[in-house]
Amino acid sequence: MKRHVGMALVYAALAVTAAVTLAPLVWMVSASLMPTGQASSFPPPFLPRQVTFEHYASLFTRLNLARYLFNSALLAVAVTLISLLVNSMAGYAFAKYRFRGRDPLFKLLITSMVIPAQVTMLPLFLMLNKMGFINSYIGVIIPGMASIFGIFLIRQFAMSIPDSLIEAARIDGASDFRIYRSLILPLCKPVLITLAIFTFMGTWNDFLWPLIVMTDDSMYTLPVALATLSLEHVQDTELMMAGSVMTVLPVLLLFVALQKYYIGGIMASGLKE
Amino acid sequence: MFFLTPALAAIGVFFFVPVIAAFVMSFTDFDIYSLGKIQYARFIGLRNYLQLVEDPLFWKALRNTLYFLVVGGPLSIAVSLAAALMLQAKLVRFTSFFRTALFAPVVTTLVAVSVVWRFVYHPRYGLLNYALSFVGVSPVDWLGDPQWAMPAIILMAVWKNFGYNMIIFIAGLQNIPPQLYEAAAIDGAGRWQQFTMITIPMLAPTTLFISIITMIGYFQLFAEPYVMTQGGPLNSTLSIVLLMYQQGFRWWNMGYSAALAFVLFVFILVASVLQSRLQKRFGT
Repeated sequence: MKRHVGMALVYAALAVTAAVTLAPLVWMVSASLMPTGQASSFPPPFLPRQVTFEHYASLFTRLNLARYLFNSALLAVAVTLISLLVNSMAGYAFAKYRFRGRDPLFKLLITSMVIPAQVTMLPLFLMLNKMGFINSYIGVIIPGMASIFGIFLIRQFAMSIPDSLIEAARIDGASDFRIYRSLILPLCKPVLITLAIFTFMGTWNDFLWPLIVMTDDSMYTLPVALATLSLEHVQDTELMMAGSVMTVLPVLLLFVALQKYYIGGIMASGLKE
Repeated sequence: MFFLTPALAAIGVFFFVPVIAAFVMSFTDFDIYSLGKIQYARFIGLRNYLQLVEDPLFWKALRNTLYFLVVGGPLSIAVSLAAALMLQAKLVRFTSFFRTALFAPVVTTLVAVSVVWRFVYHPRYGLLNYALSFVGVSPVDWLGDPQWAMPAIILMAVWKNFGYNMIIFIAGLQNIPPQLYEAAAIDGAGRWQQFTMITIPMLAPTTLFISIITMIGYFQLFAEPYVMTQGGPLNSTLSIVLLMYQQGFRWWNMGYSAALAFVLFVFILVASVLQSRLQKRFGT
């Protein structure tokens, strides 16, 4: 009997926590469907009294949302593909090749993970400015091309691949690149998926660097555009909620679809210590 | 070597070189004129750092960031642990639904949810004040009152972040051998005793790891005040990174801004070293 009561309490606590956690997100969707002005009435309605999609329409007709969506998607996909290639090659090399200075080099990389990205931003801005990459896609892609965290994640995974497999492929006459492409990459698929989700979401959600690099309205990513718009349209609650939904929804759906890999990746990163 | 070249070149040129350049820059008076012609920048020794120490805005930003870190960090870790414990209680059903629900804020875009929370905190039409009115709390001007603006940002940050550490705690909890609890139960230890004598000590390495990553993340507070308060009211939510951004990319005082960036780095470095020392001491 006591067990059942305890159980019910845990369920109740979980339900309340989940409801409170989801409330702002549900309200965001709900407010985005309200006619203009309804969210700013008292008492604040949680659900729309009548549903309208006019704010989504005006995001596209008045506010150039398609362009921001395109910018965000293009950058997230480009950074994900490039960094996956670059990091997987390096992670594999650190795991399976023996060369002079490998371990000190890897240690140096790991240690430098403590340096916050903000330190590099001023000189990086000047460098890209000299190269003419400010206000261009390349300017956002460049610092995302390789990541120490990504190399680390793939190295840890690739180390578990038995050497004998690689030796066997080599005896069969496979080239180094062939081994990487046809043996290592397929074996690393789970960690590659994990890293791809991390990178895609990280790039999609990133704010400070695109805010610095993209100076022209037409180059804004969704978060930069949303931040700028929300400071201009402080009163347009419903419109801004629609913009927030459009920004959050793609990553939320991606997460729900692939959460096994995402959550597994976080658990693995925590246990490494 | 072919495999390493792209990554090392990218990290070398676009990470290590800028780090060194930022260090050099922090000893110059690099400003908007130097932006056009780099020769205009002169070495001024430690003057940026000296100016920093005398800048009341810097102390304000440092105090605010530490406030955010010292209150928000432990709070979010406590919420994460509580949520992890609830999810690990031997539930029959719905665990994965609850886990997804509690984790959802983590994957959302910080800027977007900051916009949402700005309305949740609205003094008149916001949901929070409306909910609080049922328990007799009179309306609070969350983001307009210097006293409440930082707590409001902390509350939102906890909401946004706790799911991440919750997952790491779950992994840690799953690693505790169940025999320990069985043995303790046989010895007559109650629930609370099991929690304090087994769960807490066994989670120590996980907790330390979580403390480090949380602290590093919280030092970099930026988007929340940028979107919700612009650092106000009365600079009560101005953070170090926000000040760095304003100095560097709004006023183009890049030398001064670089000095700020290095102060941030030193803080993160010192705190990480301290925590990893702790980790060694406890032999994990």
